[in-house]
Amino acid sequence: MTTPRRIRMTVNGQPYEALVEPRTTLVDFLRGELGLTGTHVGCEHGVCGACTVLWNGRAVRSCIMLAVQADGADLTTVEGLARDGVLHPIQQAFLEGRGLQCGFCTPGFLMSVYELLRRSPDPSDDEIMDTLGGHICRCTGYQAIVKSVRLAAEKLRQADAAHAAS
Amino acid sequence: MKPPSFEYAAPATVSDAVSLLQGHEGDAKVLSGGQSLIPLLNMRLARPAIVVDLARIPALDYVREVDGGLAIGAMARQRTVEFSPLVRSGHPLLHAATLLIAHPQNRNQGTVGGSLAHADPAAELPAVALALDATLRAAGPNGERTIGASDFFVTYLTTALEPAEVLVEARFPALAARTGWSIMEVARRHGDFALAGAVSTLTLDGGGHCAGARIVLFGVGSTPVRAREAERVVVGERPDRALFDRAGEKAGAEIDEPLSDVHASAEYRRDLARVLTRRALAEAAARATGAA
Repeated sequence: MTTPRRIRMTVNGQPYEALVEPRTTLVDFLRGELGLTGTHVGCEHGVCGACTVLWNGRAVRSCIMLAVQADGADLTTVEGLARDGVLHPIQQAFLEGRGLQCGFCTPGFLMSVYELLRRSPDPSDDEIMDTLGGHICRCTGYQAIVKSVRLAAEKLRQADAAHAAS
Repeated sequence: MKPPSFEYAAPATVSDAVSLLQGHEGDAKVLSGGQSLIPLLNMRLARPAIVVDLARIPALDYVREVDGGLAIGAMARQRTVEFSPLVRSGHPLLHAATLLIAHPQNRNQGTVGGSLAHADPAAELPAVALALDATLRAAGPNGERTIGASDFFVTYLTTALEPAEVLVEARFPALAARTGWSIMEVARRHGDFALAGAVSTLTLDGGGHCAGARIVLFGVGSTPVRAREAERVVVGERPDRALFDRAGEKAGAEIDEPLSDVHASAEYRRDLARVLTRRALAEAAARATGAA
């Protein structure tokens, strides 16, 4: 046991403060301390993408980030996507596009796609592939995921247009 | 797969970081983006007494033009370099190399300084640093010093940095006029570590002959390596397919026996060195012609 450190962070808009051991990875902190088990632990060496969360708006692998590194950060996990029981348009698109089967990898995909579509509302195929390349899914064969990303982009663009018109 | 126990410090200045390293000589690890270090901790291949995190030193996070070259602070994220208009317009080789580093989710955290100081022989940025004669600035107990890329990479995961030194900046010179460039690699999957790769720059003279060439291979030895004999094959000659074939043969022949592992045999890596040298030179020549 080494000297615990006090960290503060915002997760899904809610402030948290905790004492953590330096060796605690961010994903173990989110799951074990905050009870946010939507973020999944896969490979634990930064390859599979199941643990992806948004760190100050950028998709990162929380299994190769220490909780102490996230001190002061603004984090979003998959629990932060749906609002008032209504799925986020990206989640809805994955549902309609059959972009998941067992669903283990899905929370990570959703967070990376969130970053992509924020930056690039109408992404090229290359951009989509580059983003999805950082994730491994053993069920779906990826085609349905690519389709779901395009559908999500369309839904978000429509939502933005509706918002602008209102 | 959980890290062993270690103490953690997040100094606010480079001199505080150096003092911490000095106080734990040989038993401290510097953390920048963590994309290599934390997997090593998770697998317990690294067991430092203390991890010194550079992320709270804002002075190390910058990308700016200096004397026609590019100065990158050690804590600049690879993603920042990827999106930098300065890099895109003025340093296309560096931009292309950055896009080959792992995945966007890794580049969001990974840093330029971390990649250089980690010195994985299959990594892109060390190879580009060697190809461009980048200079690396290190801060230590006795002040700062500058190390040329050719002296910086010593062997597997080992650089010329002393245990109490911190890499603070990398400077990449801009390409000369009439110079084309290329970076290519072969990996099992997009974003994986390269089995082998090649970086090339090629400068043409007014008559269309090769005035200068740089060929750096990565993933084939304990550090990125210059294929000097292949460079000599090219210089003074007219760039064409036959010349690049000869240079590729030379590059494949001149390198030491490459690593043989579960991912690729030494023989296959040597063949990749041959083929990638030829292709990289051809692409660099095409770009040089376009730039001339």
